[in-house]
Amino acid sequence: MKIGVLALQGDFREHLAMVSRLGVDNIAVRSASELEGLNGLIIPGGESTTALILMHNFGLIEPIRKLAKNGMPIMGTCAGMIHLAKEVLSPNMETLGLMDITVRRNGFGRQIDSFEIDIPITILPGGSFHAIFIRAPVIERVGPAVEVLARLPDDKAIAVKEENLVALAFHPELTLDTRLHEYFLAMASSSKIIENKP
Amino acid sequence: MVERGTWGVKTGLAQMLKGGVIMDVTNAEQAKIAEEAGACAVMALERVPADIRAAGGVARMADPKVIQEIMNSVSIPVMAKCRIGHFVEAQVLEALGIDFIDESEVLTPADEAHHIWKHSFKVPFVCGCRDLGEALRRIGEGAAMIRTKGEAGTGNVVEAVRHMRAVTEGIRRVVAASEEELMAIAKEMGAPFELVSELHQTGKLPVVNFAAGGIATPADAALMMQLGADGVFVGSGIFKSSNPSARAKAIVVATTNYQNPAIIAEVSRGLGEAMPGLDIKQIPSQELLAARGW
Repeated sequence: MKIGVLALQGDFREHLAMVSRLGVDNIAVRSASELEGLNGLIIPGGESTTALILMHNFGLIEPIRKLAKNGMPIMGTCAGMIHLAKEVLSPNMETLGLMDITVRRNGFGRQIDSFEIDIPITILPGGSFHAIFIRAPVIERVGPAVEVLARLPDDKAIAVKEENLVALAFHPELTLDTRLHEYFLAMASSSKIIENKP
Repeated sequence: MVERGTWGVKTGLAQMLKGGVIMDVTNAEQAKIAEEAGACAVMALERVPADIRAAGGVARMADPKVIQEIMNSVSIPVMAKCRIGHFVEAQVLEALGIDFIDESEVLTPADEAHHIWKHSFKVPFVCGCRDLGEALRRIGEGAAMIRTKGEAGTGNVVEAVRHMRAVTEGIRRVVAASEEELMAIAKEMGAPFELVSELHQTGKLPVVNFAAGGIATPADAALMMQLGADGVFVGSGIFKSSNPSARAKAIVVATTNYQNPAIIAEVSRGLGEAMPGLDIKQIPSQELLAARGW
């Protein structure tokens, strides 16, 4: 099994280290050819506008869309969630547009509003998860086919799944807790990808 | 329980900036050009370092009006500079809701003996350094991100290279040392022992380290990345060049693809004039910005 981490900008090394720690082969993806033969792709946190501009520059948008439609598991964290969303507010931007959710960029406010909190995630064994939110997006709408995996105490959805796609508003890669990565790797190992050539 | 202003969210924002370019801007229009070029953050200033250097006199925190106009014009993080030791300028910037404060030698120091105690702020700070000891002193005071000082406003990358190599050499030395040598190294470097000891165990700085001070071309940015920088600050290098938008885009692409000379060659083509450069040896020693702070 091999997992790719989109390595245009942001904390991609932390995701690569997480996957390595779990004993799975991984590759930093900067071009479409590096998407070939993957069993799953992680889109990291970072500045969403920067990564999006670079994705357009390097012709990565269409290949990733195609792989997602062929069933490849993709997990996006924070900026990665913004890239996966079909609709993005503040400002409106053209993303990969794969998940039926609407997200508002910097929905919790500026950096001084960034926060940490322990949250229960029902799909995970072993108690609550320490979630770090940094200028995080807020999910404002969840489509009928989207499953909510976790919510804040005020009921805002912060982790969602739609078939082969998972999006998190926070950063498990900044903690030492590997459970969400293990969850994603389990999805990747059991997924049926029709064709993993971009 | 919700916790804000923690070490985790401060250092975490710096993690999100990695692999990116932070650009100096002096108005909303420049901020938009930087954002559209792919900057991962902008530094709001009244004047870029080359102009501060030319103007002389006392350089202070920018007018809050300028900073707010820039904050309102882009959706990427906005940083601003305060003077070394001027904790009230930092309080003002925090009150404005700035995303990151640069306690910067580019401005005229307000305190020659003390830097700001940054742990008491909710907003994260970045500070300049010339070697590992200086980096660890600033981290000890609460800097959530470090950058080389370089020599700002010169368009000459030589000092940034010197400082990055000094940090890397310091790390190698601490990692290779035996435990009984750590206290002596901490004493010699003037660095907090706990941070030296932590570095000995982890092999890396506890915060992100960017390059700054003199970066003017895509190749300069890639050079600093290959020397181990987590990302780059470009000050005067963009808006003092003949084609800021094209140069900004090229530096962003070169920073992401710093290990790919073919891509750096492609984006470096026909960018027009870089900013005029200064030979560091021609600058009188009392005018060197990197010597400010300790």
